[in-house]
Amino acid sequence: MTIDAAREVRVNDFAIKLANVNGTGSASANGLLMQAIFRMGIPVSGKNLFPSNIQGLPTWYEIRVNGDGHTARSLEYDLMVAMNAQTYGEDIGSVRSGGYVLYDDSWPLDAALLRPDVTLLGVPFAKMCLENFAKPRERILMKNIAYAGTIVALLGIDADLVAGLLAETFARNEALRESNQKALRLGYDYAVEHFDCPLPFRVAPMDKTSDHILIDGNTAAALGALYAGATVAGWYPITPATAVMDNFTKLCATYRRRTVEGEDGSISVENDYCIIQAEDEIAAIGIVLGGGWAGARSFTSTSGPGVSLMNELLGLAYYTEIPVVLFNVQRTGPSTGMPTRTQQADILLCAYASHGDTKHILLFPADPKETFEFAVESFDLAEHFQTPVFMLMDLDIGMNDWVVPRLRWDDTRTFDRGPVLTDEDLAGMKEFFRYANANADHVAARTLPGSDSKGAYFIRGSGHDAFGRYTERPDEYQEVVDRLKAKHAAAAAYVPAPVIQRRDGARVGLVTLGSCDLAVREATDLLAERGVAADYLRVRGFPFAPEIREFIESHDHCFVIEQNRDGQLRSLLALEAGVPLTSMTSALFYGGFPLSAGQVVDAVLENLEA
Amino acid sequence: MPSITKPLIPLAPLPTNDLGLTIRDYEGAMSTLCAGCGHDSITAAIVQAFWELSMPPRDIAKLSGIGCSSKTPTYFIRGAHGFNSAHGRMAAIATGAAAANRELTLLGVSGDGDSLSIGIGHLAHAIRRNVKMVYVIENNGVYGLTKGQLSASADIGTRPKKGEANVIAPIDPIMLGLSMGATFLARSFSGDKEQLVPILKAAVAHNGFALIDVISPCVTFNDHEGSTKSYRFVREHEVKEVVTDYVPVREEITATVGGRGSRTVTMHDGSVLTFRATPEGYDPTNRLSVEAYIRDHQRHGEVVTGLLYLDESGSSMHEVNHTPTHALAKIPVDQLCPGSAVLDDLMSDFR
Repeated sequence: MTIDAAREVRVNDFAIKLANVNGTGSASANGLLMQAIFRMGIPVSGKNLFPSNIQGLPTWYEIRVNGDGHTARSLEYDLMVAMNAQTYGEDIGSVRSGGYVLYDDSWPLDAALLRPDVTLLGVPFAKMCLENFAKPRERILMKNIAYAGTIVALLGIDADLVAGLLAETFARNEALRESNQKALRLGYDYAVEHFDCPLPFRVAPMDKTSDHILIDGNTAAALGALYAGATVAGWYPITPATAVMDNFTKLCATYRRRTVEGEDGSISVENDYCIIQAEDEIAAIGIVLGGGWAGARSFTSTSGPGVSLMNELLGLAYYTEIPVVLFNVQRTGPSTGMPTRTQQADILLCAYASHGDTKHILLFPADPKETFEFAVESFDLAEHFQTPVFMLMDLDIGMNDWVVPRLRWDDTRTFDRGPVLTDEDLAGMKEFFRYANANADHVAARTLPGSDSKGAYFIRGSGHDAFGRYTERPDEYQEVVDRLKAKHAAAAAYVPAPVIQRRDGARVGLVTLGSCDLAVREATDLLAERGVAADYLRVRGFPFAPEIREFIESHDHCFVIEQNRDGQLRSLLALEAGVPLTSMTSALFYGGFPLSAGQVVDAVLENLEA
Repeated sequence: MPSITKPLIPLAPLPTNDLGLTIRDYEGAMSTLCAGCGHDSITAAIVQAFWELSMPPRDIAKLSGIGCSSKTPTYFIRGAHGFNSAHGRMAAIATGAAAANRELTLLGVSGDGDSLSIGIGHLAHAIRRNVKMVYVIENNGVYGLTKGQLSASADIGTRPKKGEANVIAPIDPIMLGLSMGATFLARSFSGDKEQLVPILKAAVAHNGFALIDVISPCVTFNDHEGSTKSYRFVREHEVKEVVTDYVPVREEITATVGGRGSRTVTMHDGSVLTFRATPEGYDPTNRLSVEAYIRDHQRHGEVVTGLLYLDESGSSMHEVNHTPTHALAKIPVDQLCPGSAVLDDLMSDFR
């Protein structure tokens, strides 16, 4: 793109990047800008690229605005908001040719950083805040709102709307409300006075988000657990999954707490939930097993390192057939890896978690809306199949705010609790054996502790026969593990079906999963512009539905696009969907940042040309 | 195999408890442990205690980890619901079961390897949370199922059947419990059913985590000369100065055996414990004096047994969490789901 072309007016189609120092309060200013654009009815996304640190290190936030709804991460930055002198070089260097840099000109910029193809916009934010605010902490915090004010002017964001959002946020704190409004106005006025506002790329109101919400996946997961009727949770703090349980705790305190009057007229609260912060992830999953065995919908939330620790008891749950729901908000591994970076590298770990022959049910939501829906589904699946179910989210879904359609609930929805025998059922039976008389899905009815003694049995992780009795006999052992394999296969008909989008004459297929969704769908549009018609398939569950194999077999070139080094989805497809490994080409992105369409297009074209 | 059922031998009519059940109804499958194993005596005490308590077997959940001790729940109360879990993890799993269904009476059976090595973290935190359950450590100082390695409870100088004498200080679960804020701590000896049965009954009545360390000699790997967990050693070195009587709530208290240091403690459910003939200066509700007394005897190579420490004032996990008195697992899921109106309303928070 030439500089002139880059400076043509573009409405609702641009990306900005904000460089900050973490722990200085920039996140709320950045979120405010994104929320304002969302409220203007324009499709938008915000990606927080933050360090594993509390204060002082570089952090970035990216906002992409796209009227057509292409809101995957963009790597073409029209405006760089450079608020961190530590990273000026890198930040100024990353703006596209013809783009703009907004910086704090309270101090002069090193001449070596200047670029002839980029317009610098200097605003004395620090000086401004020094003159207008008295408290040292306020001077730091208000600098963020001041730059937000400048951006509001530069992008043509509705200033009254932003002022209204600030008023909402600080409704209960007049002093803070005043300071924020003042800072916003300072930044805004300076921009209007000194620059030609708005810039060539700008926003204009649309009506594309009125039926949408702005929500992160961890909140959506917690809402799903609430709506599924989960009552027992065991967990251990870990980035990026902690907010699942923080949100579940908050929601429960609102929707699961009752006031009860004692016989003496005293008022007390009763909680229809029990959330236990465990001593480690082993205990966390142990608590979930205990809760699931005793008949409560139970779950844990964790990330890769936690799943590693939970492996032992996941095998116990699999072999003894206890319902378990596990939210894995994936981060970058191996080991501690990069805790605040995103990846999809726990696919194989979760598919086969634990020693011995194990196979688990996996669900791959693409965004917070699917996270909510699949979360509810996961509890039904866990009880229907009496087995662990993994919700494979990732940091991008879990911790970033997404614009998604409003979550809805159907009050006629019924819950699948799986086969459980009541005392009445037991009374009509001659004898009860835990693993006998499996149904068409290879699931045998269970009893819950506390039920009639006729239904009492001894659940064990040691070798057992179809009656649940201890065994070391080959045939009896195999009968049970073979049924478990058939049971897993039966789940293919129950997990969410793949999403398929076709184009006329497409001979290329793009197969992906989870949060790659937006980038890969945008890539199919971009590829079409480049003359490559590509069909799209997004895997949403494991075991794999038969359509996935058909899709791969019906394309000359199939790319499996995923965020890990080893092509784990591709391997799993080869192992479990019956398609040869060589019929699929990997396109892998595993540096830890959310995927962008351009990366996918480049990888596909490079391969096709070769 | 542990699933061997016992032959039913017709006997003269056995006495029945309040539920009309005989002691046979509280038994389980035939033990496959070595003949003379201390664990079988503990099994017998458990059978006796629950029969005497007239506890409906269906209300009991018996859980264990892995090891010789953890095999025993098959050998008692066949009508109870059982969970033979993973090595060291029983306390965590029991915590979850307790969270889901507080109406159950939870009985955990573990060993010294299970509880004091691989599972010590889970034990410590179950104590700290005060999960209402009975937790029995069948303590023999060795790993039996893997053939005689010393465990973390082996005393210094203990010589395994093969190899060098132990030089590392042992972990004493009672001392661990005292430091962790445990609310019920007892030690007994598998060979002393008379002492163990009332302790088990008091443990069931206790409103919180009741830890019972039962020294239980391993006849195959740790009953030889040089072991401090042998029948002979314990019989010669046991100090039974802390003597306790348990009187259930429904029984009228007709007599209290008084004497030196005698005192009563009323349990949460109204039942009464009487500590009688306790040594001077020993206060079962005073952490410091209990510790000093046990340590003092340990210095002389003596093992103090009895219900050693009790605190009925603590709140159990469920009380801390304000859960209802009925089981969470029994609340219908559709009753727990807030429904569409709430969700529609909530959506305005995400605009």
